Amino acid sequence: MKSIDPETALALYRAMLRIRRLGERIEAEYPEDEMKTPVHLSTGQEAVAAGVCAALGPGDLALGTHRGHAAYLAKGGSLPALVAELFGRAAGCCGGRGGSMHLADLAAGYAGGSAIVGGNIPIAAGMALAFAMRGEDRVAAVFFGDGAAEEGVFYESVNFAVLKRLPVLFILENNGWSVCSPLSSRRAGELAFHRGLDPALLFSAKVDGNDAAAVYAKAGKAVRRARQGLGPSLLECLTYRVGGHAGPEAWDPPGYRDLREKARWRHRCPVARMRRRLLRAGLADSEAFSRMEEEVAAEIEAAFALARKSPFPGPADIAAFLHSEQ
Amino acid sequence: MNERILTHSDALNEALRQALEADPAVFVMGQGVDDPFAMHGCTRGLAARFGEKRVFDTPLSEAALAGVALGAALNGMRPVYMHNRPDFLLLAMDQIANHAAPWRVMFGGAAGRAPLVIWAASGRGWGAAAQHSQALHGLFLHVPGIKIALPATPYDAKGLMTVAIRDPGPVLVFDHRDNFSFSGPVPEEAYAVPFGKGVIRRQGRDLTIAAVSRMVREALSAAETLAGRGIEAEVLDLRSIRPIDHDLIAESTAGTGRLLVCDTGYPVGGLAAEVAATAAERIFGKLKAPPARLALPDCAAPAGPTLEAAYFPDAARVVRAAIDLMRR
Ligand SMILES: Cc1ncc(C[n+]2csc(CCOP(=O)(O)OP(=O)(O)O)c2C)c(N)n1
Repeated sequence: MKSIDPETALALYRAMLRIRRLGERIEAEYPEDEMKTPVHLSTGQEAVAAGVCAALGPGDLALGTHRGHAAYLAKGGSLPALVAELFGRAAGCCGGRGGSMHLADLAAGYAGGSAIVGGNIPIAAGMALAFAMRGEDRVAAVFFGDGAAEEGVFYESVNFAVLKRLPVLFILENNGWSVCSPLSSRRAGELAFHRGLDPALLFSAKVDGNDAAAVYAKAGKAVRRARQGLGPSLLECLTYRVGGHAGPEAWDPPGYRDLREKARWRHRCPVARMRRRLLRAGLADSEAFSRMEEEVAAEIEAAFALARKSPFPGPADIAAFLHSEQ
Repeated sequence: MNERILTHSDALNEALRQALEADPAVFVMGQGVDDPFAMHGCTRGLAARFGEKRVFDTPLSEAALAGVALGAALNGMRPVYMHNRPDFLLLAMDQIANHAAPWRVMFGGAAGRAPLVIWAASGRGWGAAAQHSQALHGLFLHVPGIKIALPATPYDAKGLMTVAIRDPGPVLVFDHRDNFSFSGPVPEEAYAVPFGKGVIRRQGRDLTIAAVSRMVREALSAAETLAGRGIEAEVLDLRSIRPIDHDLIAESTAGTGRLLVCDTGYPVGGLAAEVAATAAERIFGKLKAPPARLALPDCAAPAGPTLEAAYFPDAARVVRAAIDLMRR
């Protein structure tokens, strides 16, 4: 725990714990079919969102994907509003319009999530362009998967961000899979950007995506560069989707991946890893961990209770946007 | 009265210049907006005047740059992203139809609005052929959440662009290359031509011709010919097609009993189909004949001059379509 201050270390752990525990609760309740929205959980990938968002300030913006709960929460999005959104309630962060894949909390700087794979990447570059044009030292970060990195807009967006030296962080969350397709059937070798570009133009790095402190350190460097006007960064965070692609893990179809591989990655759990490090560094003891568990459990319990009590939006809420040419 | 006369492209140029002057959030981007062609002259002098930060050339990345414009719009700016041809917008379809259009509604209003303008100039003729002649507003008309304007006069080119830039949401503006050199009165100060308000360009009692963009001129010229044959056509210029002035179309058509829609786009599922269907829904009982459509043939544009002449509708074809309609 050398390069990271105790407060941040604890905050990283707490951020990951909230994402993990909320994901577990969603998995447990999902089969009851009250949350009628396709959820994509980030179990095992929590360190990416936690590490990056800890390096961002409240004035910075983040955009996420269909697998967006983690980034939304880590950026400071309201947990009760997320749960209510999953239940399709009016109290949801998007009034029940967005569902799991379209979360937003502008007050927290979580600017939205796109379920079109890769679609959020250029939008983040545009948000960064706006910051740069106004001379603000704020940055935009965009989370996307290894599948998204195969879309043309990724390359177009990085090129444009480099060209204009935009304060944008491209966070490639490489979890090895796109639904049931392994990386090996979609990409040959290294991502071209790690080799091809002058490091002065693009700070590009691979980082252990299951190590929140490592992600935080690299993201911190990227944010500093961006604030200094030195331009964009691309962090490829190497992680693994230990859960299913969508819904509870049990719904994942059998046979498409090696279960030993999954077990190996479970063993590299980013939450447990951080816990061990905190213990070793004497920054938290088992009592402190229990307290944190209780607080998080209470927060989640209250959010589910509130969501279930909240009214559904109705036909009048459809009319609010009907024929609205914006 | 001393009316100032400007070309269509100069009128648009003035709209952009005044918007850039009035609001520091406005910027203009697109392939070649700062080059000697200057988007048919529409962006001439803007880069020199406002600097390369506010008027800039873009890489040939239509898909991503549409997203960049959207992101900038969501983050407080008012971009105008310009394209030489609507055909190229198809590369940006994801950002336009999946992102910009639904953004506000998709998040229940929680993720802000996207005040962005995407502009493209339709073309036709001189062998431009299948991929450089399309008028694709009908395709975008299908998608809720975007406004669409099609100016037919220099006055409207300025007034509609002025309104498009001030609009809180995404707007597509389609000009027509054949219109750029035409001139007309254009006031000096900034003014608004509101969306959703069509205009009667010529009054008549026998049939209503609802037209857009370049077809307005063809319709007016056809109306002169028709008048010589004792047929008085009322010519409507729709100006914007989302929102669209269905009231004006219904009112005019209820009076004449006959409706001919003249579009620059494809016929199937397009603007003409939408206008005809809505008129039938609204004033079926007042119609003396079924609404008629004059659009492109239902196939891709050809290159050679004889084929082009047969392909693109002109005033003579409007006359024929009107006479056919009068005989029904
Ligand atoms: C443009 C597009 N193509 C396909 C899909 C279907 N789809 C949804 S999620 C997904 C996997 C994407 O993989 P990745 O980007 O690595 O993200 P992950 O799900 O692993 O987080 C796919 C293919 C989509 N939503 N959008």
